[in-house]
Amino acid sequence: MSTETEVAPAPAPAKEPRGSGLPNWAVQGLVSLSAIVLALLVGAILIIVGDDQVQATVKYFGAAPMDTVSAALSAVGEAYKALAVGAFGSWTAISESLTQATPLICGGLAVSLAFRTGLFNIGAQGQLIMGAILAAYVGFAWHLPPVLHLIVAIVAGLIGGALWGGVVGLLKARTGAHEVIVTIMLNYVAIYLLAWLLTTSTFRRPGRTDPISPIVDANAQYPQIGGTRLHIGFFLALLAAVFVWWLLNRSTIGFELRAVGANADASRTAGMSVGRAYVIAMVVAGALAGLAGTQQVLGTDLPLTDGVAASVGFDAITVALLGRGTPLGTVLAGLLFGALNAGGLQMQLVTQTPLTLTTVLQAVIVLFVAAPALVRSIFRFLPKERGAGAVLAKGWNG
Amino acid sequence: MSETTPDAVPAAAPKPQAIEAPADRTRRLRVGGVMLVFALIGLGLAVFTKGGKATFQLVSGDLQNNLLGIPAQFTALVLGILGVIAAGAYLLRRVPQSYSGYLAALLGICFIGAFLCWAAAGKTFPLANQFQGTLNFATPLILGALAGVMCERAGVINIAIEGQFLVGAFTAALVSSTTNSSAAALIAAAASGVVMAWLLAVFSIKYLVNQVVLGVVLVVFATGITGFLFDQFMQPQAEKLNTPEVLSAVKIPGLADIPFIGPILFNQTILVYLTYIAVAVVTFVLFQTRWGLRIRAVGEHPKAADTVGIKVKRIRYSAVLAAGVLAGLGGAFFTVGYAGSFSKEMTAGNGFIALAALIMGRWHPIGAMVAALFFGFATQLQSQLQIIQTPIPGELLLMAPYLATIIAVAGLVGRVRAPKADGEPYVTE
Repeated sequence: MSTETEVAPAPAPAKEPRGSGLPNWAVQGLVSLSAIVLALLVGAILIIVGDDQVQATVKYFGAAPMDTVSAALSAVGEAYKALAVGAFGSWTAISESLTQATPLICGGLAVSLAFRTGLFNIGAQGQLIMGAILAAYVGFAWHLPPVLHLIVAIVAGLIGGALWGGVVGLLKARTGAHEVIVTIMLNYVAIYLLAWLLTTSTFRRPGRTDPISPIVDANAQYPQIGGTRLHIGFFLALLAAVFVWWLLNRSTIGFELRAVGANADASRTAGMSVGRAYVIAMVVAGALAGLAGTQQVLGTDLPLTDGVAASVGFDAITVALLGRGTPLGTVLAGLLFGALNAGGLQMQLVTQTPLTLTTVLQAVIVLFVAAPALVRSIFRFLPKERGAGAVLAKGWNG
Repeated sequence: MSETTPDAVPAAAPKPQAIEAPADRTRRLRVGGVMLVFALIGLGLAVFTKGGKATFQLVSGDLQNNLLGIPAQFTALVLGILGVIAAGAYLLRRVPQSYSGYLAALLGICFIGAFLCWAAAGKTFPLANQFQGTLNFATPLILGALAGVMCERAGVINIAIEGQFLVGAFTAALVSSTTNSSAAALIAAAASGVVMAWLLAVFSIKYLVNQVVLGVVLVVFATGITGFLFDQFMQPQAEKLNTPEVLSAVKIPGLADIPFIGPILFNQTILVYLTYIAVAVVTFVLFQTRWGLRIRAVGEHPKAADTVGIKVKRIRYSAVLAAGVLAGLGGAFFTVGYAGSFSKEMTAGNGFIALAALIMGRWHPIGAMVAALFFGFATQLQSQLQIIQTPIPGELLLMAPYLATIIAVAGLVGRVRAPKADGEPYVTE
């Protein structure tokens, strides 16, 4: 297979890019780091604008400008210090960061894998919800021995996600229905399905009037680690990342997926079944999102509620974008966003900076990562990537 | 569902039994099959209609007069049979191809009619409220979908409508609360929509960011920034910053006195009237003006447009920014047009329904409006049916717009085709 190097988009430093001695992955890393720095700067502006102390001192800015500056610096310093302490300050903080990162990694992998096949999976949210529904049902309605129960519940979750994702792949393969539209729509179908199920006697916890299911059996819960909220689902997420790496880079199917992602027409000409690749990619992606669903419902939440998915499925998209569609990148991005979420909670507690600031940070990071040209126009020293730019630009008809 | 794109040249008069291509035949059978399923469901509902008389309330809030009582089962059966005839006529090719859209519309009306008879049998159904609510829910959807039409006709995918809504809603609430001026609120909302649109334009047109990526990120950004500003400023001083005045209804003399539809259509807020105007203006601009022609040209074939001297990027910027005005106004509806205060993530996915309406409406302003009205109808029906206690779970009705969109894009009901260069950045060589 001599074509391997031609379709592998990521690190293949066969020729050094002009103008810099750095391989592509290093350039990408630098761009990502710059994006994070820029996002923190944007966040700092928001913190300063929102700080009472700064607002008080700015009234006499003309008389003592340094007061405002020092108030601003201390506001930003305290907020970001609280963020860092909340994310990495103690074993509890770290475990909380990892807990938050767990579903983000799996969801991010679901988006990344589809990405590499040339599909834009906006539907991790819906796939995650379907996974959570099935996993929760098996978790509280069935009663099986230890270990077995957990495994069956996880498999149920994988199936739920895989079905929800598979529909997308099948529709794309059979009718050409654009996956972005179908996945967005299926997200909402899943949200309303969950809302409806939680009103039925099958799912509603006896004696409750609010939408909440019974707690899943202890046998079906992910074992927790050292009295923290961290559970072994985290290691499952890492295993999933290894699996995706293997699938994409070491298996025949993965080669087909990447080939289709790089150029569907050429792959079709070469005799590959593009439709099959779409279906496989979406089934596996759905299963990965379903795994994230099991981590939510069998690991952290335990009863199924209408907020089981929170915004994990959407955050997963930003995680995958920051991770540039590679398994390792996705894990790192998931860890970063998990840390931001955990730290954001601490920041809200200590300095009353709203948690929503972390949402802004995440959006700005990804915005900059997606526009390397903009980052370079700010940080002039950054070298150019090879083949950068509109790598993934593709329309509704593509 | 019309089969022809509205801007296409009218097809030559169809011959009665022209030879049908195999692909057309497959499609006719598939579409006809779906139609027949709906028709049979309608007929089935009619069979199970019990309770004698269905009463429809024709004036909102009036339970004594202006009631329309009809025999429920009889009417439902008539409508059901009419639906089956419509589906059958399409399936068996008994009418010319160009009329198939009317058949589908007839089937849709029959289905909804039969459904309403079934649901309202033995009860009183507030029909006036139903249409009033439909218009309420549909207004922001129409504005959002029109914004999408403008962008996507110019070749820029806009899935950030939700984000533009949020920012528009926030700005309208803030400005209305601080200035006590509805006009200022609407202008500010439109301006904030333009700012969001500018972000979309710069990143997609200048920095060539993938537009789907960009849309997702902009929604997250809008959620974050409005959430942050709400938590940090608006919520702590809610009585000062989050008490927007809800727009008051303005009666149009004469038109508002038309029975039944008058009070529904012509006793509305200025924002709703602006929406009517926007539909007309966008349709006119896109299909009757030079600017509109250029917008469509750069959306279909930017290179060809460039070759004849059209400034592709400039046209795209102008279309996206103009769309921002519409989306910002659509966002304003949530606060100053309806709820009377801002809350976090209050647009609740409406931006994505607007996207769905745009696709269902085949990237055409009128189609988008019809689809938005249908989605508004389904949403309102859900709450009405809860009030009159029908066994149908409301959540399943809320799914209808999304399922309908999937069915539409999967080509089960006609073919949906996006502007050819939609989502492709244009790079001059």
